[in-house]
Amino acid sequence: MNALYHLHDVTVRYGARTVLSVDDLAIQRGEVLAIVGPSGAGKSTLLRLLNFLQPPTSGVVRFDGVAFSASKAAPLAVRRRVTTVFQRPVLLKRSVEANVAYGLRLRGQRDGIDTVRTTLAEVGLAELANQPARTLSGGEAQRVALARAMVLRPDALLLDEPTANLDPYNVGLIEQIVARLNREQGTTIVLVTHNVHQARRLAQRVLFLLDGRAIEIADVRTFFEAPADARTGAFVRGEMVY
Amino acid sequence: MTLIIGDDSRLAEIVLLSLRVSGIALLISTIIGIPTGALLGLTRFRGRRLSVALVYTGMAFPPVVIGLFVYLLLSRSGVFGSLNIAWMPRLFTPEAMILAQVIIAYPLVAGFTMAAVQAVDPALRMQMQSLGASRWQTTWAILEEARVGVIAAVVAGFGGIISEVGAVMLVGGNIAGQTRVLTTAIVLETNKGNFGMALALGVILLSIAFSTNFIILRLEGRAFDE
Ligand SMILES: Nc1ncnc2c1ncn2[C@@H]1O[C@H](COP(=O)(O)OP(=O)(O)O)[C@@H](O)[C@H]1O
Ligand SMILES: [Mg+2]
Repeated sequence: MNALYHLHDVTVRYGARTVLSVDDLAIQRGEVLAIVGPSGAGKSTLLRLLNFLQPPTSGVVRFDGVAFSASKAAPLAVRRRVTTVFQRPVLLKRSVEANVAYGLRLRGQRDGIDTVRTTLAEVGLAELANQPARTLSGGEAQRVALARAMVLRPDALLLDEPTANLDPYNVGLIEQIVARLNREQGTTIVLVTHNVHQARRLAQRVLFLLDGRAIEIADVRTFFEAPADARTGAFVRGEMVY
Repeated sequence: MTLIIGDDSRLAEIVLLSLRVSGIALLISTIIGIPTGALLGLTRFRGRRLSVALVYTGMAFPPVVIGLFVYLLLSRSGVFGSLNIAWMPRLFTPEAMILAQVIIAYPLVAGFTMAAVQAVDPALRMQMQSLGASRWQTTWAILEEARVGVIAAVVAGFGGIISEVGAVMLVGGNIAGQTRVLTTAIVLETNKGNFGMALALGVILLSIAFSTNFIILRLEGRAFDE
C-alpha cells in the first residue's frame, strides 16, 4: 500500500449544508499534492481533516492504516506525525528559537536544539534566533512557522496557502524550502494554494475542489494541459465565474 | 519607629499574620481560580453561563457582606457551627479569616483569568493541536500566552484581600495577638486616637501593596520582553 492517506465517502456538514464531499481520495507517500479551487471550495476543511483537527461528519480518513472518523478520534501519536502551516502564522510570545523548539518540547524532546539551529539556518533566520517572535515581518514569521513544522520531521506536511500575502522574495524562499524538504526527506506534502502557478511549480499532482467536491485529480501536466473536466480548464485559465 | 509604636514585636506579629492569612487565602484562590477561569474561558458546557454569572457576581460582591455570610455560617447557631464539622474553621480564628478571604479573592482570580484566556488569539488552539499538543498542553500554552493577564488576576486577588477590613473584622474579631491584622489594627488605633501607630501601620500596608505590584510589573516586563 503506497498511499499515506485514503479517504472513503468523507463528508463535512455544518447544519444542513455540506461543505465537503469526497468519495474516494488517495494521497501517495512522498508526493507533493496541490489542492486548488475557489474560495469557499472546502480546501481548508480538507486540510483540517488530514491533520485530524476536525472529524468528518461521515466517512473515514485512513492515515497509514489508522482510521479517523466521527466516532473515532486520532490517537496523539498519530496526530504527531502530521502538522500544518497555516496561512496566518500564530507564533507564541517567545523568542524565535523557542517557537521553533515548541513542538519538540511538546513531545518531551529537549535535546533537539541542534536541529532547531540547523533548521533556522535553512530558512535563513539563524541571526534572528533570540529575537522576540512578535517583532518579525510577515515573511519571517511564516518562515518561523515553517521551521517549527520542519523540526518535527512529519510524515505529512500540510500547507494552507502558506505564501498568500507574501512578497516574491519570501514566496521564492518558501517554495525552495518546501521542494527541498520533499526531495531530500521524502516528506509527503499537501499544498493548498489559490495560485495555480505555484501548484504548477511545486506539485506532482493537482486536485481541483469546487463546492466541496473533487472535480478532477491528475498529474500536474495533464491537469494544466489536458484537463478532463471543462471546469478545470476554465479555472486554470482564470475564466471561472463564481 | 519604636518611639511611635512602642512595641516592635507586637507590630511584627500583626504584619506576619496579615501576610500569612492573605498569602494562604491567595494561594488557595489561585490554585482553584486559575483552572476555573481557564475552564470558563476555553470550554463550552451546560451551566457555563450560570457559572460565569456567579463569578461576575462574586467579583462585585461587597466583602463585608461575604464576612457576614461567613459569620452566620460559622457561628454557633449557624449551619456549620451547629454541625460541628472537624475541618470547618471556628469563628474568630485566622482560619475563619482565610475562608472569608478565599471567597473574596477566588472570583477575582477566576474572572480575570477567564478574561485573559479569552483574549488570546483563538487560532492558537488549532495551531497548538496541529503541532501535536494534547488537551492539557493546549490549555497550558494558552495560559502561558495569557500570562500577563493571569498574573494581573492574581494581583487583583491579593489587592482585594490584603487591604480588606470589613470581613476580617467580622469573622476574625480583631483579637490582639490572635486575629489582629494590619487593616483591623489601623481601625482600632485610629479609634483610640493613636494616630502615629495607625499611620505607621498604614505605611506598612501601603508598602506591602506597593512592592507586590512592583514585583508583578517587573514580571510582566519580562513576559513582554520574551
Ligand atoms: N465553522 C464553520 N461553520 C459553518 N460553515 C463553515 C465553518 N467553517 C467553514 N465553513 C464553510 O465551509 C466552506 C468551506 O470553507 P473552507 O474549507 O475554509 O474553504 P476554502 O479554504 O476552500 O476557502 C465555506 O463556505 C465556509 O463558509
Ligand atoms: Mg482556506
